[in-house]
Amino acid sequence: MYAFDIERPATVADAVAALANEDAQALGGGQTLIPTLKARLASPEKLISLTGIAEMQGISSQDGTLRIGGGTNHATVASETGAIYPALAELASHIGDPAVRNRGTIGGSIANNDPAACYPAAALASGATITTNNRDIAADDYFQGMFTTALDEGEIVTAVTFPIPEKAHYEKFVQPASRFALVGVYVAKFADGVRVAVTGASNEGVHRWTEAEDALSANFSADALADLTVSADDLISDLHGSAEYRAHLVKVMTGRAVSKAK
Amino acid sequence: MTKVTMTINGKEVSGDVEGRTLLSSFLREDLRMTGTHIGCDTSQCGACTVHVNGKAVKSCTMFAAEAEGAQVSTIEGQANADGSLNVIQQAFQDHHGLQCGFCTPGMVMTTAALLKINPKPSEQEVREHLEGNICRCTGYHNIVKAILAASGQDVSTIAAE
Repeated sequence: MYAFDIERPATVADAVAALANEDAQALGGGQTLIPTLKARLASPEKLISLTGIAEMQGISSQDGTLRIGGGTNHATVASETGAIYPALAELASHIGDPAVRNRGTIGGSIANNDPAACYPAAALASGATITTNNRDIAADDYFQGMFTTALDEGEIVTAVTFPIPEKAHYEKFVQPASRFALVGVYVAKFADGVRVAVTGASNEGVHRWTEAEDALSANFSADALADLTVSADDLISDLHGSAEYRAHLVKVMTGRAVSKAK
Repeated sequence: MTKVTMTINGKEVSGDVEGRTLLSSFLREDLRMTGTHIGCDTSQCGACTVHVNGKAVKSCTMFAAEAEGAQVSTIEGQANADGSLNVIQQAFQDHHGLQCGFCTPGMVMTTAALLKINPKPSEQEVREHLEGNICRCTGYHNIVKAILAASGQDVSTIAAE
């Protein structure tokens, strides 16, 4: 790693002030950023650790929504949200491995927007609201392509609020070495329709599969997908799987997610 | 350099660290506690697993500065007070749960964390919990057996896969 200083502010306000320095970089749980720093793929002069900020920790629910502080780690989401939003708890319990889940945070995952990360699929399919230090952003506006979000420089994800669907499930086909999704599909059924978000598959990052949403809104059954096809155009092709293979997986994972939704 | 202070295996320690000093480097190079191993550079292998405030973490994927004020447990603190092996360590020895032994400190720390939250895990649960701990001798079967034995379960009927 190149040398840098590290600061651990105790409040969001102090963190935002520290991030005003253009060579400063926010550090969540570090499960992506630290390996990136080790590989010398980033060279910030200063890291601003967000893990000591009490106001970004914790989970609360009201009026059919679940609010998760941006600094909350995956293990906490897995163990504390099962009763109110089981599909999200299950997703969190399968991110990375147990040690990664004890450090990695939802805010870090959402801010990084890795094209194969799990949480972006949950946020997009649930129609979540991303709260930052200065505004609320709808998930549909927030995710803007691979590693790209609506966040401005120095803006921090302080919380993510999920509307709780009637039924939901996340089905992940893991890339066995990294545990990231080769393809992951999150299906969420609300009273006014179904939302389907796909991660791992596209060069555009997490995205909705609107044809499946229409079909499933009319008939919430895996059979409703039978006549749909997924185009391989612009899907990721790498040594783990071709674009055509991923296209096939999108449909299969969606069907399984619908069948398992509860 | 920044001064950090933490409690490691019940003893308060402090040292001067750079921002980029990993917790694993602080343990191994500054404190000469070399029981915690570094097996990879990609956060995948788990040989460096320690507990921070009771939770298993990869000490190579956390900065020493982030452990300021924390309670840290390492493999050096696992033996019984009289120096004898604890239940998990003894089970690894009894069931040949190590070959070259390089991954073992991480395996033992991960096991201790698992048994704290799930005192009687099933074989499947043990295997899933080991997702982040790699044994390049590929001796997983006896590691799983040792962990089940350490949890007090009968392992005499577990067949090799």
